[in-house]
Amino acid sequence: MRFALARAALVRHRPRTILATLGVAVAAAMLLDMVMMSTGMRESFRELLLSRGFQIRLAPKGTLPFDTDATIDSVSSVIAALRENPDLTTISPVLGASINVRVGNRAITSASLGVNPRVQGDYELLTGRDPLASNEIAVNEDFQRATRARFGDTIEVSIGYDPQTRSVTQTRKFVVTGRVRFLYGAANQPATAMQLATLQQMSGLARSDDASLFMIRVRDGANVESARAWIERRIPTVGVISIETAMAQVDERLSYFRQLALILGSVSLFVGFLLVTTLMTVSVNERIGEIAVMRAIGVARWHVVQQIVLEGIAISLAGAIAGLGLGLVTAKYLNAILSSFPGLPMAIDFFLFQPRAVWTALGLLAVSGMAAGVYPAWRAASLPVATTLRQEAIA
Amino acid sequence: MTRPIVLGSASSGAESAPSDSGLVTARDLARDYLMGKERVHALRGVNLDIATNDFVAIVGPSGCGKSTLLNLIGAIDRPTTGSVAISGRNVAGLPDREATRFRLLNIGFVFQRFYLMPTLSALENVELPMAEAGIDRAERTSRARELLSYVGLGPRERHRPTELSGGEQQRVAIARALANRPLLLLADEPTGELDAHTGAEIIELFGKLNVDGTTIIVVTHDEELAQSARRRVHMRDGRIVDG
Repeated sequence: MRFALARAALVRHRPRTILATLGVAVAAAMLLDMVMMSTGMRESFRELLLSRGFQIRLAPKGTLPFDTDATIDSVSSVIAALRENPDLTTISPVLGASINVRVGNRAITSASLGVNPRVQGDYELLTGRDPLASNEIAVNEDFQRATRARFGDTIEVSIGYDPQTRSVTQTRKFVVTGRVRFLYGAANQPATAMQLATLQQMSGLARSDDASLFMIRVRDGANVESARAWIERRIPTVGVISIETAMAQVDERLSYFRQLALILGSVSLFVGFLLVTTLMTVSVNERIGEIAVMRAIGVARWHVVQQIVLEGIAISLAGAIAGLGLGLVTAKYLNAILSSFPGLPMAIDFFLFQPRAVWTALGLLAVSGMAAGVYPAWRAASLPVATTLRQEAIA
Repeated sequence: MTRPIVLGSASSGAESAPSDSGLVTARDLARDYLMGKERVHALRGVNLDIATNDFVAIVGPSGCGKSTLLNLIGAIDRPTTGSVAISGRNVAGLPDREATRFRLLNIGFVFQRFYLMPTLSALENVELPMAEAGIDRAERTSRARELLSYVGLGPRERHRPTELSGGEQQRVAIARALANRPLLLLADEPTGELDAHTGAEIIELFGKLNVDGTTIIVVTHDEELAQSARRRVHMRDGRIVDG
């Protein structure tokens, strides 16, 4: 009967209930987005790092991968040292550089990665094949769009472009063999991949045996942190980053995002709470007489409160469910905007959909809906019955 | 204490006379209110005994304390001093939870303005006290139908209060008051909002209820209703002056 009464009370003022539900839906959408954002970027980054199974990265000491132009010297001796540990199954050195491609009168600048295509973890091949020869290059869609290069085309690639003298260090011809998607590539950034040795040679003597980064896979069952510690001891001149240490650094850098999400999420929740409280207070004040009569005919105070709290929860949950859809749509839209930030890997989702985020948002809203109904309901149900009935009769 | 018959096989139709057993016993009842800073003495030492199966009309000018007395007997208000016993149980000092339960199971209320739940049908309104008492759905629906038939509203059970006339609403309110087979039916100006014809029908219904074994106390200005009662209690300035 309490469910029937709660439902009837909500249906009785249908437009008001719908408007309140929509208001809660907006607050719920924002709350959901903030909950998704507070953990989304971190989890998305973690998934990205693990996407090709590389658990450890080596970067120049004191830097993060590709954070600076610094490189690790003597790739061959680093690889030789790493081979001493049987737990390290795959070692993939990567050199990053900036290249130029002439298209008519324009010079298109592109990022380029020198990799060992057989063990690389930086891109996935979409069509064509890997650059297995020294004169082959794989390109991404943005590069193709900017240069109009197609498979089989030969392109002229320069490195070491000096804008003042308009001269380059070295120029070579490459055949485009494949279209790839770079896992860590930023939005709208032309990028290419070629053989590591080729890029090292083109970068000049100073970088002829350098790498910007090593990506390392650890044997299944081996302890990643032990492997990381071993590398730190064995090669003290490099920075060794496991997924866990990378996540700790990400956490530090994303703390502002999380604080922002926490504040905006709390504001959304509070707005939703105030909305439902206002509605329930108005609704209860309209029904003071009815409530007094219910109390007079023997309905327990707690049951009156339950009925009104049920109304608050119903509005909050209906709003939360509507807000779930709205939140997912806005998260997708906002994600598209934020993912196009320059320098950020496009594969990172700022708003990662996780069932836990939904349950958290729904739970918070249900609790706030319950809390919103308790005070007005308890106040109304505690009014002296006889006095209230007399005042209602006079009114 | 025997329950009022109203409906079922016990409803013989033979007139029940008031028994010697006291159902309501009020002693030295006083009730003061604060109106701003002024203390108003609504009741001043009322003593009253009402027997089972009686039909009592409390009459008197406005503000003489009739409704206050009814509220105290119905345990929806507490006396400043004195006691009210219903069927031997002093209800004046019951804690809220017990007083609520007592009202649910022992007292039926009928108000001047009917006060039905506007969102519920006639049938659901009658079911409400039974649902609160924990009676299962089938049983309470059956009894609610029986009660609505009794008050002449069988075909209108699905109608909401807004779809019923004043007289019909008051009949639903009476059926609701009888839902849990109360010891006592209390009515505060039950014909106050009704025209003469409809009021007469309600008076007739009260007579029938009393004949069928319901103890009734009405507060009224309606001379016709007062005349239909077995006993009239006159009040003035918070005191019983006659009856």
